Amino acid sequence: MTELKDMAASESEAPAERRLNMIEAINDALDVTMGRDENIVIMGEDVGYFGGVFRCTAGLQQKYGKTRVFDTPISECGIIAAAVGMGAYGLRPVPEIQFADYIYPGLDQLISEAARLRYRSAAEYIAPITVRSPFGGGIFGGQTHSQSPEAIFAHVSGLKTVIPATPYDAKGLLISAIEDNDPVIFFEPKRIYNGPFSGYYDKPVEPWKRFDASVVPEGHYKIPLGKARYATEGDELTILAYGTMVHVVEAVCREKGVEADIVDLRTIVPVDIETIEESVKKTGRCLIVHEATRTAGFGAELSALVTERCFYHLEAPVERVTGFDTPYPHSLEWAYFPGPIRIGEALDKILSE
Amino acid sequence: MADRPQGDANLGDNRPKLSLHVPEPKFRPGDAVDFSHIQVPKAGAQPRPDETTKPEDMLDFAHGLIRVLGEDNKAHGAWDPKLDPETLRTMLGHMAMTRAFDERMFRGQRQGKTSFYMKCTGEEATSVSASMALAADDMVFPSYRQQGILIQRGYPMIEMINQIYSNRGDKLKGRQLPIMYSSKEHSFFTISGNLATQTPQAVGWAMASAIKGDSRIAATWVGEGSTAEGDFHSACLFATVYNAPVILNVVNNQWAISSFSGFAGAERATFAARGVGYGIASLRVDGNDPLACYAAEQWAANRARANAGPTLIEFFSYRAEGHSTSDDPSGYRSAQERDEWPLGDPVMRLKNHLIEIGEWDEERQEKMDLEAAEYVKKTTKEAEENGILGHGLHHPFRTMFEDVFEELPWHLKEQAEQAIRERETKFPEGLPNGGKGA
Repeated sequence: MTELKDMAASESEAPAERRLNMIEAINDALDVTMGRDENIVIMGEDVGYFGGVFRCTAGLQQKYGKTRVFDTPISECGIIAAAVGMGAYGLRPVPEIQFADYIYPGLDQLISEAARLRYRSAAEYIAPITVRSPFGGGIFGGQTHSQSPEAIFAHVSGLKTVIPATPYDAKGLLISAIEDNDPVIFFEPKRIYNGPFSGYYDKPVEPWKRFDASVVPEGHYKIPLGKARYATEGDELTILAYGTMVHVVEAVCREKGVEADIVDLRTIVPVDIETIEESVKKTGRCLIVHEATRTAGFGAELSALVTERCFYHLEAPVERVTGFDTPYPHSLEWAYFPGPIRIGEALDKILSE
Repeated sequence: MADRPQGDANLGDNRPKLSLHVPEPKFRPGDAVDFSHIQVPKAGAQPRPDETTKPEDMLDFAHGLIRVLGEDNKAHGAWDPKLDPETLRTMLGHMAMTRAFDERMFRGQRQGKTSFYMKCTGEEATSVSASMALAADDMVFPSYRQQGILIQRGYPMIEMINQIYSNRGDKLKGRQLPIMYSSKEHSFFTISGNLATQTPQAVGWAMASAIKGDSRIAATWVGEGSTAEGDFHSACLFATVYNAPVILNVVNNQWAISSFSGFAGAERATFAARGVGYGIASLRVDGNDPLACYAAEQWAANRARANAGPTLIEFFSYRAEGHSTSDDPSGYRSAQERDEWPLGDPVMRLKNHLIEIGEWDEERQEKMDLEAAEYVKKTTKEAEENGILGHGLHHPFRTMFEDVFEELPWHLKEQAEQAIRERETKFPEGLPNGGKGA
């Protein structure tokens, strides 16, 4: 089935409106794909009976049984390696790593194995696995529950890296990731599991249900990997962002009355270069925003791409707003976070040139 | 391979169908709990081998359970460390203090004074008693549930609370999640928060001590769930290959968040038995028996100090509370488990022992508990003068950039200036609550 057919089919079946937060949307994507494909299995720490520490797999073991949704030993290396082996058998595993900060013991299996299985076996073996993992800060998680390591994975040939920013996208992107025949890192911005984030940590979280992006159709639909979306459109500048930061920049632009093309990349590998070029050539200015550390962050790649491809359209140097190059601190979390002030300053600078 | 049948389940060959085993704990919420399957040998039943015994000559100790305190509250057998009453009272005091501390800090988190806390209720002996059997300068590499070691080693409680509150008094500068302490002065390694990473590091420290002809040994603690990490296996291998003077303590508290010990392999073998395959002397110990904990740790310390090699100790215990303040165990295990746990409570057992030998009474116990609670309360108040999390009394912004490297490189200098500028934009009149800011 083609993606278009899938989308058309599910849209015609979908009831008018059903609003979910991001956790529910992810749960729904897992449920829908598991119902369609018996080869999909879920495993990870606390994902079975308990349904995951963030509840993303709640109810799935009950529905699909213990051999399709199960807890694992606390061994990220083992979890990812077992997923690679299951993929070699022909299953389609969706392992969960409880926090992205805990993914590193599995790096050899991801970087040297999953990412290269197709290449080194000339496509005899593939690793159709989707590693789901909550990432990002803003929950007072300290250095071990806050990191944004997406650039590490973007740097690896053979891995796709996906980061949703809304419940609607989370479901559609996760289904695409699961059905993709290559390994996908699916980072879930945990700060926005329950509602989008304005960057003002002292204001209460507005639940997703108040936002249209929480309308999540029933059934199967896909959002293609590698296709960005315009979160807002405007002529003054282009802002490239993903995950939590899409909402923060939206709030800042709204507050400052800046009309921006906010491009939610959704997938950083493969990145939607067409949309980036289209927008930057239109606006002539480009701001890149991510929560991860700055040096060799994904913003550096984006900045290089924009400079290489849009140089003669640029009216100001490309700017980056990022987390600082320190471990994620506990008490100074909000001084670290690239919030409204840092973004506002960069906007003023780039628009004044 | 023409003689081999086609390996395709759909072709209908007549080989038996395989099935996957997924462990399941015996009891879930609402279930009646019956722990009669847990073998609890009589206290004092185990012989005590010489500390230099070869691992292959003491295999039974990886499967039994070393116990000293019996149902009669008396100390029994060869493992009785024969501690004088004053030492026993000190041990009880540290355990009671640890418990009082946990109570107060847990409450503090619930009152919004910090983001996170982890209790060690029911497991106090595995840190306090074990730590008492070590020299004060033996290096410890703990996990996140050994606050009892710091209390036993006399680390100032106010430092612990400052750390938990991430306030301006926190000597770790508010960088770490609560309870991730560090005190080089107390030979206490910085707690990572990542699991089992400390175990091979302890082995490395012990190897260094041996390289240098030092006399200090190393000890590490890890939960049974975390032994699943590859780091733990690296620890065992390096320990045995280099005959390192190290003690690998595995605290088997039965639960790793919602995953019972079966997900770390407990359905097939004890955790002590992990050591056997590596040729490491391995002891399985009643972790709720403070005297057995002390005796086993002392045995292992003697062994390491005699250059007779590493020891793996499994402390068989029970996590009486949730994993942390972020966890609610009523969602995945039966609430009855705690009450039915066949090895009792370590504080009660030591208290009853002291009373049994005529060295303690209920009044003194009550007074001690009260004094412990008062001390924690008073120290908490003192610490609160340095601030609580999120109320402005934190370390200055520039400290966020220090210690990434020994010296601040240009890009961190720029970023520090950025952070301070942001603070001035946000708080043009200075930080709230009299904070000093940059």
